[in-house]
Amino acid sequence: MAIEVHGVSKRFGTFTALDYVNVTVEDGALTALLGPSGSGKSTLLRIIAGLESPDTGSVVIGDREVTAEPARRRGVGFVFQHYAPFKHMTVYDNVAFGLTVRHEPKAAVRERVHELLSLVRLDGLAKRYPAQLSGGQLQRMALARALAPKPDVLLLDEPFGALDAQVRGELREWLRRLHEEIHVTTIFVTHDQEEAMDVAQQIVVMNAGRIEQAGTPHDLYEHPSNEFVMSFIGPVNRLGDALLRPHDIQILPYPDSSTVEALVRRVVHLGFEVRVELTLPDGRDIWAQVTRETAAELELAEGQILAARLPAPRVFA
Amino acid sequence: MSSSEAAAIGPAGAANGGVALPPGASSRWSDSTGAARTRRLSLRFVALLYLLALLGAPVAMIFYRTFEHGIAPAWNAVTQPNAVHAFWLSVELVAIVVPLNTAAGIGIALLMERGRMRGRSLLGLIVDLPFAISPVVVGLALLLVYGRTGWFGNWLAAHGIQVIFSVPGMVLATAFVSLPFVARETIPVLHELGTDSEQAAATLGASSWQTFWRVTLPAIRWGVVYGVVLTTARALGEFGAVSIVSGRIEGQTQTLPLYVQDRFENFDTTGAYAAAVVLALLAFATLATMSLLAKRTSRDTVV
Amino acid sequence: MSPGSASQQALTPLPTRRRGSLAGDRLRRYGGGALGRGLLGVYLSVLVLLPLAALLASAAKGGPSAFWQSVSSPEAVAALKLTLIVSAIVVVINALFGTLIAWVLVRDEFPGKQIVNALIDLPFALPTIVAGLVLLALYGKGGPAGIDITFTRAAVGLALLFVTLPFVVRSVQPVLIELDRSMEEAASSLGASAWTVFWRIVLPNLTPAILSGVALSFARALGEFGSIVLISGNLPFKTEVGAVYIFNQVENENVSGAAAVSVVLLLCALAVLAAMAWLSRRGSRHVL
Repeated sequence: MAIEVHGVSKRFGTFTALDYVNVTVEDGALTALLGPSGSGKSTLLRIIAGLESPDTGSVVIGDREVTAEPARRRGVGFVFQHYAPFKHMTVYDNVAFGLTVRHEPKAAVRERVHELLSLVRLDGLAKRYPAQLSGGQLQRMALARALAPKPDVLLLDEPFGALDAQVRGELREWLRRLHEEIHVTTIFVTHDQEEAMDVAQQIVVMNAGRIEQAGTPHDLYEHPSNEFVMSFIGPVNRLGDALLRPHDIQILPYPDSSTVEALVRRVVHLGFEVRVELTLPDGRDIWAQVTRETAAELELAEGQILAARLPAPRVFA
Repeated sequence: MSSSEAAAIGPAGAANGGVALPPGASSRWSDSTGAARTRRLSLRFVALLYLLALLGAPVAMIFYRTFEHGIAPAWNAVTQPNAVHAFWLSVELVAIVVPLNTAAGIGIALLMERGRMRGRSLLGLIVDLPFAISPVVVGLALLLVYGRTGWFGNWLAAHGIQVIFSVPGMVLATAFVSLPFVARETIPVLHELGTDSEQAAATLGASSWQTFWRVTLPAIRWGVVYGVVLTTARALGEFGAVSIVSGRIEGQTQTLPLYVQDRFENFDTTGAYAAAVVLALLAFATLATMSLLAKRTSRDTVV
Repeated sequence: MSPGSASQQALTPLPTRRRGSLAGDRLRRYGGGALGRGLLGVYLSVLVLLPLAALLASAAKGGPSAFWQSVSSPEAVAALKLTLIVSAIVVVINALFGTLIAWVLVRDEFPGKQIVNALIDLPFALPTIVAGLVLLALYGKGGPAGIDITFTRAAVGLALLFVTLPFVVRSVQPVLIELDRSMEEAASSLGASAWTVFWRIVLPNLTPAILSGVALSFARALGEFGSIVLISGNLPFKTEVGAVYIFNQVENENVSGAAAVSVVLLLCALAVLAAMAWLSRRGSRHVL
């Protein structure tokens, strides 16, 4: 189901967490709320879920205005940052909770729980307690629990934040596949731009309680609508007011009319990618990203003077 | 529940004085030097001697005094009709007060930890008050409201309700002094629990009632039980407040602690010691339950 | 998501609704609703608030001069003075031995430690009248200790030491368990002696806990009754403490005099607890 957020503001004391925010998420989309900490992304997610109430504005899920509805009647599945497992219940009882509070028949509950446990690959662990699970398993249990009552929308708060790098990579991939499989409208919060680009179909970039830009990962990268989005998504060089991407800087062996001189200050080999730190004639430092092959062809070395072709810089008002 | 932490210390910590440390972390405090060893043994000796003189020996003494002429005199003393009546009256008070204070304590803890800011400090003060008030003052304060010349004295008398010098007054006195325990033990557990799991229950469709019974209460149960044990011990042993409001009528409003005093002051030391031993045994049972619970709670949090 | 949704500023701003009502939700959700809160309010009023109000009213009934007269009668002054002095001595001893016992229970290891640890709470579990009787059995007339402390001020102190024993121990113990040993190791590696480590590193970290235990002991000692009744003989001007004085005044139908002295005792205890709250707030700032 589609989610619409209209004119939502929220203050905590003197701190403005959300400042008149409008967002629309299409039915079935997998969307990331991306922003630095304190940008209001978690607050927005919690307002959609009904865990916080907005000072102004409204939330619509599908065709239902739910602003005044308590969380339990919104039909949302919520995965908490630290999973919020019910520690005194087994994995089975955790997943079954949303069904048993609705007094579903026992047989139906059992069937649904086992279906979900196999979906999240926790089949054999139904009788375990949360304390006996790893972080990744807890995460998947939390997801199964949220999905059990067949929510209209699935909300995840920093779903990969508390996991180590390798598990995080696996779960990202897995969340994307899961979404392809069940197609529930999904929003997840993250502060990691790479994670957002990797997993989401749509990204909403937030900063200081406002929405900076919303669009596909490609859109945001290629056509950032402001300086914040450009510098938050992908690396940038800053030349005065102008921003340019390091991989858009070409390094050539010989100068021509479109190049400037550049002194190679440092060459850093990062596997396939090589990071070249340069000083321009006016004394400003920038860095360029080139491939290993290019670096080898140019025989890059510190102290060398080369020609750099800068792309048309982007200037945001 | 600090005893839980101390009780939870495992053999891993044994070598360096009871706290589990990473291997090789301690050298200064181990027995490696003679001076450290002497220091440690003398500290231990002084501490244990103090405990023995203040606690161990006196308590052992009363058991010795009670049973020095065998079990029969002690048994006869505690099976006197007045002793039996006093015992059951104490049990009755516990049976009324503990459920009341458990419900109130959980309610207070929920309001303190999950409620609005406003009024919270007042509630906190009310919960702490019984710690700051002498039991005698509690008894006096109750007398001033419910006694013959108290605020409600005429009204109560006109309706034939007797509070002071009867069970209702003793219930009030006992409930007042044992009010804080459940709340005090439950508040930190609720705080530790946080609101995440309750919010998770709400997003899964649970009503407030379902959330309380299925998520919150099971999660805080050991804290509540610990508070209940403390409440029971306090209710069973309350003396000062009950002494004032009960009138100490033999065979009627005399609880077991009041019976102990009565026997002692009437030079029936056998009766006093025997009844005191019954209360002491109940206290030991309380302690045993407390350390079992402490292990239980520490295991719950560790696993 | 439609592109440009961020700029749907044209939508009508909705009226403010349910501002700050989440706390209210929670209250309703977890507080058992208005009925539960109402019942709790009645319970606390009947049990605590009304009686205390009546106490204050009774103490204030005759005006300031009557209050002063009740409080400054020689017997009342003697009782209050004895209570304060003995309580002060008792908490100093508690601070010393409580810290020592906590130290031994945390840092030492010996057979039976678990049992000793559990027994520390005995004074909390044991009815106060039994506590008094127990001390009498050992240190009273004809006891095997060969001394007789009945009807002396030392007996009052001993009874108070007994009933307040757990406070400092139980407040210091968890702090000592949590105390980061690497601090002490750092100090040792810098050349500090064991004594210096204790004095400069351990003790400052324990001070807030010791003070909080001391404050609780003091508040408890001020109002103690049951454990003192049998052992002290309740001799006016000699062994009669505040709570016993109040009790005797109630027995003699001097209710307003009893109420006045009660208020003084209560204010002392509240002042101590307030000081503790203030100190612990300062202490936590120091720790953070």
